[in-house]
Amino acid sequence: MEILKTQKVVKQFENHRALSEVSISVEEGTVFGLLGPNGAGKTTLIRIINQITAPDSGEVFLFNEKLKPEHIKDIGYLPEERGLYKKMKVGEQAMYFAQLKGMTKNDAKAKLKSLFEKFEVNEWWNKKVEELSKGMQQKVQFITTIVHQPKLLIFDEPFSGFDPINADVLKNEILALKKNGASIIFSTHNMASVEEVCDNIALINKSNKILDGKVADIKNQFKSNVFEIIFDGNFNKFEASLSADYEIVENAQVNATSILKVKILNDLSTNDLLSRMLQFGKVISFNEVVPSMHDIFIKAVNGN
Amino acid sequence: MNKIPLILKREYLTRVKKKSFLIMTIVGPILMAALMIAPIWFAMMDDNEKKAISIYDKTGKYVSAFDNTENISYRFLTENNAEKRKDEFKKSGDYAMLSILDTLSNEFVLYSEKTPDFEIKQKLTEKLERFLEEQNYRKLGINKATLDSAKVSVHIQPKTLTADGEKDSSAELPLAIGFIAAIIIYMFIFMYGVQVMRGVIEEKVNRVVEVLISSVKPFQLMAGKIIGIALVALTQFLLWAILTGIIVGVVSLIFGLNSMPQEQDLSQLQNMSSGELDGIMGNSQIAGIVFGLMNFNWLAMITTFIFFFIGGYLLYASLFAAIGSAVDNETDTQQFMLPVTVPLILAFVAAQGIIKNPDGSLAFWMSIIPFTSPIIMPVRVAMGRYEIWELVLSVGLLVGAFLATVWLAAKIYKVGILMYGKKVSYKELWKWLRYK
Repeated sequence: MEILKTQKVVKQFENHRALSEVSISVEEGTVFGLLGPNGAGKTTLIRIINQITAPDSGEVFLFNEKLKPEHIKDIGYLPEERGLYKKMKVGEQAMYFAQLKGMTKNDAKAKLKSLFEKFEVNEWWNKKVEELSKGMQQKVQFITTIVHQPKLLIFDEPFSGFDPINADVLKNEILALKKNGASIIFSTHNMASVEEVCDNIALINKSNKILDGKVADIKNQFKSNVFEIIFDGNFNKFEASLSADYEIVENAQVNATSILKVKILNDLSTNDLLSRMLQFGKVISFNEVVPSMHDIFIKAVNGN
Repeated sequence: MNKIPLILKREYLTRVKKKSFLIMTIVGPILMAALMIAPIWFAMMDDNEKKAISIYDKTGKYVSAFDNTENISYRFLTENNAEKRKDEFKKSGDYAMLSILDTLSNEFVLYSEKTPDFEIKQKLTEKLERFLEEQNYRKLGINKATLDSAKVSVHIQPKTLTADGEKDSSAELPLAIGFIAAIIIYMFIFMYGVQVMRGVIEEKVNRVVEVLISSVKPFQLMAGKIIGIALVALTQFLLWAILTGIIVGVVSLIFGLNSMPQEQDLSQLQNMSSGELDGIMGNSQIAGIVFGLMNFNWLAMITTFIFFFIGGYLLYASLFAAIGSAVDNETDTQQFMLPVTVPLILAFVAAQGIIKNPDGSLAFWMSIIPFTSPIIMPVRVAMGRYEIWELVLSVGLLVGAFLATVWLAAKIYKVGILMYGKKVSYKELWKWLRYK
């Protein structure tokens, strides 16, 4: 089921267009990656979903209803520009944010206590925020984002400011939230994390959506029929036998072992290449080269 | 759901719990009480100092003129050699030496090591004058008792003629009350208006604001902050008023400075004529103040004060909030602060002139225009120099103006709080006003 849908959303600022007819759709219980270079319009779209600004035209639907003020409590938003009141105590502050999201005092307290326990930050409850390190503050901020158990979570660069260990804790928590039924919009420049957590993505560049779909589908779409082969045998004879249908993209020799990247130019089957190689030696490994999200991002943005 | 109370509560509690608030609450009344008590205190301290005066009376006729009092004691010297006498005086450590060389002349010399105290000189002059006057009465055959009984003391009681008949009034007291009201309103608008601005900048600098406005509307955030800080201001004001009263009361009790009649006395005094009062108080000025306090229109004054206190604060605080939202740090506020603070300062300066001429056209216009009326109108009301229609117009315009500024400020605020790293100009602000 679709939890969030934007339909041809347009936002025009004084001197530039932030979004032109952007339509995205987020399935329930999935992690949706919202990608794009700096200034592409991601933050504007996220702000529209959070009702911080209104679109000039186009519509946004949450649970198939037009976006309305009551939806605020169903969304948890961790903005890229985030912070806490420095002079306030951690616990008081978390309580304040939870209540602003519509939780009652008792609910907020109970839920926060259990989350503080889970993230091992219990002893910070009565500390002032300014006494905490940046990473600790990020942890508290994350807790305040998820405390009201929203159905839709929006994380803008959630990993910035975390060390690798805590980043892992966070990643696992995001996956756990997804497992418990939450839907997540995830905006980041860290492509490795996109591959690890996202089910679907949309790529926005210069206010336009240029790419969207399932991560696996997009990867297939960007495959270039290149195979990485490790081969023990007579490379020269093998090379000589190749027809114009093949191209050797890379070639490295270590003693008698060759590490090759071969591109199949025509619609030939991989079996043909394999059987050809077996005549000249032993094939140790044979893999299709799947493009990384990093490569896809660069290719799509530059090609646009 | 309305989240303003939640925001208001946070704004209020975080400020009231601050150490600086506590310190201000304690230091403020102490300073104010000190201002009220210090003059009396100093006067008393001086009185307690004991001084000895040497007197050389060549004529030998002035002995009866100098009786020792609690604070000044007199000692007669007999040395006839002038130089030796001066040495004797120096050794004695006495405060001063009065030298009388001529019989019943008006020329006297007062020697001392430092310039003599004005008060001592005054007292000696009085004693000598009285002594010589009495000698003259005797010489001229005038009976002192007859002369005393012919003396009169006059007290003018100002009365205003109103629709309800005539009323006792006092000219000085309303003036003082009006001016104090103007000072308080001016001070609180400034102090707490700037606090609103700082609060907005703090949220912007700490980057809390985007998290907040994903939960609440920018208008609610602004309104909660302004009202929360207004309550802090009122709390502070009340605490000051109460604590000042307590401190003045306690100090008066301990040191017996009965500068103000107690409340029970007041009701008694109400039934007396001003003449009788004169007799009791022995001071027509105090009688005037007491009458003024009893007859002053407190209800009108307090209502007006509270309304213009709150109205003026809301008007200016919303402008300060807009300024805070448009900048990234406090140093950038200068260019926007100026046009906001100029009318406020102007009104305060003008208030001092308006006290002298509360019916003039300057007084009229400044008490009508919303940006100056919060300071000027209470002055005119205190002095009782206003027409009802003027007050109604002033109140109406202030309400209208503050709704308009809140609306404008909310628009600027909404755009401004999410705008970083941009030096904002007036042209830019104008654009923001037209955003959806």
